[in-house]
Amino acid sequence: MTLPRTLFDKIWDDHVVVQEPDSPAVLYVDLHLVHEVTSPQAFQGLRERGLQVRRPDKTFATLDHSIPTDGVFPIADAIAAKQIAQMETNCRDFGISLFGLSDERRGIVHVIGPELGLTQPGTTIVCGDSHTATHGAFGALAFGVGTSEVEHVLATQCLLQSKPKTMQVRIDGVLSRGVTAKDIILALIAKIGIGGGTGHVIEYAGSAVRALSMEARMTMCNMTIEAGARAGMVAPDDATFEYLAGREFAPKGAAWDAALARWKTLPTDDGATFDETVSLDASALEPMITFGTNPGMGVPITSRVPEAPGFEKALAYMDLQPGAPLLGHPVDVVFIGSCTNGRLSDLRLAASVLKDRKVAPQTRVLVVPGSQQVKRQAEQEGLDQIFRAAGAEWREPGCSMCIAMNGDALQPGQYAVSTSNRNFEGRQGKGGRTFLASPLTAAASAIAGAVSDPRKII
Amino acid sequence: MDQLKTLTARVVALPIENIDTDQIIPARFLKAIDKAGMGDHLFADWRYDAAGKPKPAFVLNQPRARGAQILLAGDNFGCGSSREHAVWALTGFGFRAVISTSFADIFRNNALKNGLLPIVVDQATHRDLFDLVAEIPEVELTVDVAAQTLTMPGGRVARFPLDPFSKTCLLEGVDELGYLLARQDAIARYENQNVPN
Repeated sequence: MTLPRTLFDKIWDDHVVVQEPDSPAVLYVDLHLVHEVTSPQAFQGLRERGLQVRRPDKTFATLDHSIPTDGVFPIADAIAAKQIAQMETNCRDFGISLFGLSDERRGIVHVIGPELGLTQPGTTIVCGDSHTATHGAFGALAFGVGTSEVEHVLATQCLLQSKPKTMQVRIDGVLSRGVTAKDIILALIAKIGIGGGTGHVIEYAGSAVRALSMEARMTMCNMTIEAGARAGMVAPDDATFEYLAGREFAPKGAAWDAALARWKTLPTDDGATFDETVSLDASALEPMITFGTNPGMGVPITSRVPEAPGFEKALAYMDLQPGAPLLGHPVDVVFIGSCTNGRLSDLRLAASVLKDRKVAPQTRVLVVPGSQQVKRQAEQEGLDQIFRAAGAEWREPGCSMCIAMNGDALQPGQYAVSTSNRNFEGRQGKGGRTFLASPLTAAASAIAGAVSDPRKII
Repeated sequence: MDQLKTLTARVVALPIENIDTDQIIPARFLKAIDKAGMGDHLFADWRYDAAGKPKPAFVLNQPRARGAQILLAGDNFGCGSSREHAVWALTGFGFRAVISTSFADIFRNNALKNGLLPIVVDQATHRDLFDLVAEIPEVELTVDVAAQTLTMPGGRVARFPLDPFSKTCLLEGVDELGYLLARQDAIARYENQNVPN
C-alpha cells in the first residue's frame, strides 16, 4: 500500500528524473514560459556554450513587462525596444513560439498561460518571474526561477531542485459581499508574514477555496510568493476542467478523456500530512488594504494605521501617521490590472462599481487588461465604454504600472490604490506610494478620489 | 562561476528587514540585455538622489564600503521578484557573501548560481555582528566555505548551513548546468517514458 500523498507530492514524484545522494533532484519541466526581461542573458548563455533549446515545443514566449500600454509604435523607449527586438530574435533563432506584438494571444505571461490552455493540472511550470505561482490554481506545480535557471530549462528542460516543505492553508466559511480572493490573500499574508511561507509550497483547501472561480483562485495563488512560498496550489475540480475544456492548447478528444482521468487522481489523499497547517475564516474577512511597504502590512480597510515596532521606516516612506484612518486618504492614481487582477472577472467587478459613475476629477485611473483576449472580451461586453465614460483610461495589455518599467509609473510622492501585488518602495515608480487592494476597492476609491470601502456603494 | 573557498573582507551593514529585490535593483534597470554594469545600480533609490548624485549618508557611499565584500542585512533578505539582476548587482559591486537570519528562496538559489554565498546566522549572532560593525566599521570577517564557518575577530566562530551540492559548486567554481547536461541520457529516458510528444 502506498502512503497517502499530497497534491504536491504526487506532482513532484512524477517529475523527478534523477535523484542522487547529497544532490538536489533533477526535476522535469512540462511548460516553460518566457518573457523579455529575464531571458536575454539566458539565451546569451546558450549561444556562448553552443547549446540549443531542448524542447522548443514546451517553451512559449510573450512580451509583457517592458512593453508600453499606450499602443504607440514603434516603442519610444529605445532600451525597451531593443529588449523586445532581442526577444523576437531569440525566439526566431531558437525556434520558440512567441506571442508577439501583433499576436492576438499576447498578454501578461500568467494571464495567457491559463487562457490558452497551456496551464494544466499535474504539470510542472516555470518562468523567470516570481508570480508563476499563479498557475498553481489549476493544480500545477508552478514557480518562479532566476535567469540562470531559465537557461538550465532552455538547455535541458530540467531544473535542479531541493524538495520544499508543504503547508496547507485551510479557508472555510463564506465571503461577505464586497470581499474577494484578493482580500483572502492579503489577509493570509498579513497573518503569516511575508516570510511565513519561505521554504514551503502552499496548498489552499477548504470550502471557501472550492467556492472560488478559477480566476479568483489565480488571484490567490498569484500572491503566494508575497508570503515567501514559491508555489501555491489548488487541487483541480470540475471548475478547473470546465475552464480548460476547448481552450487552444488543452487536450482534445480521447486525449482530453485520458487527461481528465489522470487529473482526477491528483487531489491530496485523505490522511496525507503537511509540514504546517494554517487556517483562515473567510466569513470573518473584510476588504483588505495595505498601509506599508510590503504586502504583509495589510489590514481591514476600516482599520487605522497600526503602530508597531518595525513599521517606522515603512510609515515614514508612506508618510502615514499611526492611528490615522486609511479610509478617506487621498489617492492620486488608481491602477486596475496586472497578473493578480487583470482578468475579465476583475474588470467586470471594477466596471460594476464604475458604471454610471465618474472618477474623481483629480484622480488618474488606468485600466489595463491582462491580455489581448481579455481586452477583446471586455470590449465585447462594453466594459471599455463603462471605464471610458467614467473617466478612466482603457489601455493596451501589459504589466504596466505594476512594475513601472514601461512608461506607466507613479510620480514621486503620489499615492495609488493598486490591484497589483507589490507595494515595495518605488515599485510603481520612484518615490510612489502604493495601497494594495481588490478591484472593487480600487474602483470605489477611484470614484471618491480617496481610499474607500466598496461595501458602501455596491 | 567564480570559485569561493575562503574570504576575509570588510562588511557593509544594512540593518533593514525584508530588503526586497526591487530595492536591491529597481525594475527600470532590468531593460538591459546583458549583465554588465548592474553593480552601479545596486540599491539605486537608496544610494542616489533625484539628480543621480550619491547620498553621502547611505552606507554604500561611505569610504568604509570601498572594497567591502560582505553585506550584513536584516531578516528575510531578497524577498519579492525573481530578478537575478539583484544578485548581479551585488556581485557587480563586489560582494561575495550576504549575512542574514533568512533568505527568500528564489534569491538564495540565484545567489548560489553566481558565487554569492548566502550565510544564515542565528538571531543572537546576527545582533552581535551588527554591534561589532557599528563599533569597529573597519572590522574584517573570515568566511570558510569548506568548514562552513564565519569567524569574527577574537576567534568567535559561527557555523552556517550549506547543502553539500552548493558547497561543491562554490568550492570548485562549477555551475549546475554542467551537472544537468551530463544527465541528458536520463532526461531522454524520462521523456521517452513520460512525456507525450
